Amino acid sequence: MSTQNHIVRRYRPAAPLGGRRVAPASRQRSITALAFLAPALIILAAFVAWPALSALRLSFTDASGFGKEEFVGFGNYVEVFTQPDILNAVVNTVWYTVLFTPTAVLVALGLALLLNNPHLPFRSFFRTALFLPFIVSLAVGAFAWSYLIDPQIGLLNYWLNGLGVRIGNVLQDPVLAMPMVALVAVWKNFGFYFVIFLAGLQDIPASLYEAARVDGAGPWSRFRNVTVPLLSNTFAFVVIFAMIAALQAFDQIYVMTGGGPYGSTQTVVMEIYESGFRKLELGFASALSYVLLIATLLLSAAQFVFFGRREKDLS
Amino acid sequence: MTTATAIRRRSGLRPSTVLATLALVFTTAFVLLPIAIIVFTAFKPVAEVNAYPPTLLPTEWTLDNLARIMQELPFARLVLNSFIFAGGVTLFALVFDSLAAYALARMDFTGQRVLLVAIIASLMIPFQATLIPVYQLVSQLDWVNTYAGLIAPRAADAFGIFFLRQFFLALPRDIDSAARIDGASEFRIFRSIVLPNAVPALLTLAIFTFVNNWNDLLWPLVFTTESEMGTITSGLTLLTGPGGIIPYGVMMAGSLIAVLPLVIAFLLVQRRFIESIATTGLK
Repeated sequence: MSTQNHIVRRYRPAAPLGGRRVAPASRQRSITALAFLAPALIILAAFVAWPALSALRLSFTDASGFGKEEFVGFGNYVEVFTQPDILNAVVNTVWYTVLFTPTAVLVALGLALLLNNPHLPFRSFFRTALFLPFIVSLAVGAFAWSYLIDPQIGLLNYWLNGLGVRIGNVLQDPVLAMPMVALVAVWKNFGFYFVIFLAGLQDIPASLYEAARVDGAGPWSRFRNVTVPLLSNTFAFVVIFAMIAALQAFDQIYVMTGGGPYGSTQTVVMEIYESGFRKLELGFASALSYVLLIATLLLSAAQFVFFGRREKDLS
Repeated sequence: MTTATAIRRRSGLRPSTVLATLALVFTTAFVLLPIAIIVFTAFKPVAEVNAYPPTLLPTEWTLDNLARIMQELPFARLVLNSFIFAGGVTLFALVFDSLAAYALARMDFTGQRVLLVAIIASLMIPFQATLIPVYQLVSQLDWVNTYAGLIAPRAADAFGIFFLRQFFLALPRDIDSAARIDGASEFRIFRSIVLPNAVPALLTLAIFTFVNNWNDLLWPLVFTTESEMGTITSGLTLLTGPGGIIPYGVMMAGSLIAVLPLVIAFLLVQRRFIESIATTGLK
């Protein structure tokens, strides 16, 4: 598999340099290395590491941008999980993740499997066209979708009516609004997962399929016994990646519903934006930020467990 | 593959291929529909935009919507801001990330592993979670509503460092060890040997960074409060917000201008770009 090639390629050239560590110029080299690293490290320290610690400190205070900050212990965190509005945003974000992740992943996987057929005409056209929404901003995509599903003059709404499907005013419907904003995100993001699946499928050696065919395996059996096991790593990666993206839902919701109707599309990041930058409840918004941060870290940790074998060959 | 099956599989259309093609044609049409509606609505007269039954194509083409969007916002300014913001972030991040990636991939020094782990750890922090302290910092520097405030916090990026490091690791080391023996400085090796060989990776990262920043909504919403300093992405949302209901035709004209530079850039390099983002996500 290509992973192995990758490791071999990585280690082979290092051999002639064996023993560099004991070179007398090692101190000089450390100083040079630091010079290369300095600009990036300064930016990351100032705008990622320090803010991450600062948000943690803020989350235990009642900071509001004005006056003194008082230490409030776990008060903000208690509020996140007890105040109905906020708990609603947390629950909505989970619901959004549940709607978005399987849909986006399965659409991407299905299309990748279809496109992996070597006899298919116009493969590179399909690949480019299906990837195109990924470079359109979610905000702009949201404008287009809002127009398409407009209850009076929306083209998609009109076509669906023709098929006997009446969706009504989706964005004003507390039940349908969330699936709708999730669908817009699926539309934007599936192309990215799709090309990752496609690359994963193309990494599976054709000889394995041929061997299975020689052994009398039908299409389903080949899929079940060759594709599924060899694509499972890619699948796990994409699922976690999609879940992390789902936790950050904001853009299309801000454009299409503003969190409504009746808070039914309010998400954690919408709430961070509103409480942090509109209401200036910095302490509280920081606690909510940390809930997001910890959820993301847990998912990333799961990713590292899955990919631990790969990470072992880091330098 | 045996010759017999190869011939059978090449000759004629198999039903499964026909079905797959039909499914893809249908799906692709659906996926492109929102993009098509932006393009066509941008050129529709108001009467057609609001007509029932709605149509996809305009019967009469007009530039009125494009003319109107220019008046609705400081539109040229917002497009310029988008170029400066996304271009500035891309430029700085490419330089700083590649320098850092070089040290992590091609040099040997004490603490290398610790730094690498720290950078990977910071990769996991979503920017939304640190937005409040970053805003406070930018505000203390008096950088709100400035290009510096938009660009500086993103002038280096853990993902870019990690991505380039993986690419640099895979480049053969023979040439740079020879150059090192000949007394070439590390910077010389970086600039003359490693960078020229990393052009595909740099190009991919550049497009990825540019697109992400051009399209970002939350970042410019937070760091700019004057509409003059917003980006095209954040500026357009002002038109749909409270008190800003404007005709769909004008919205779509603005959307068209917002996506056009990206679509053109993407179509120019699409094959290489898709291939490299597809594989680097994993390796």
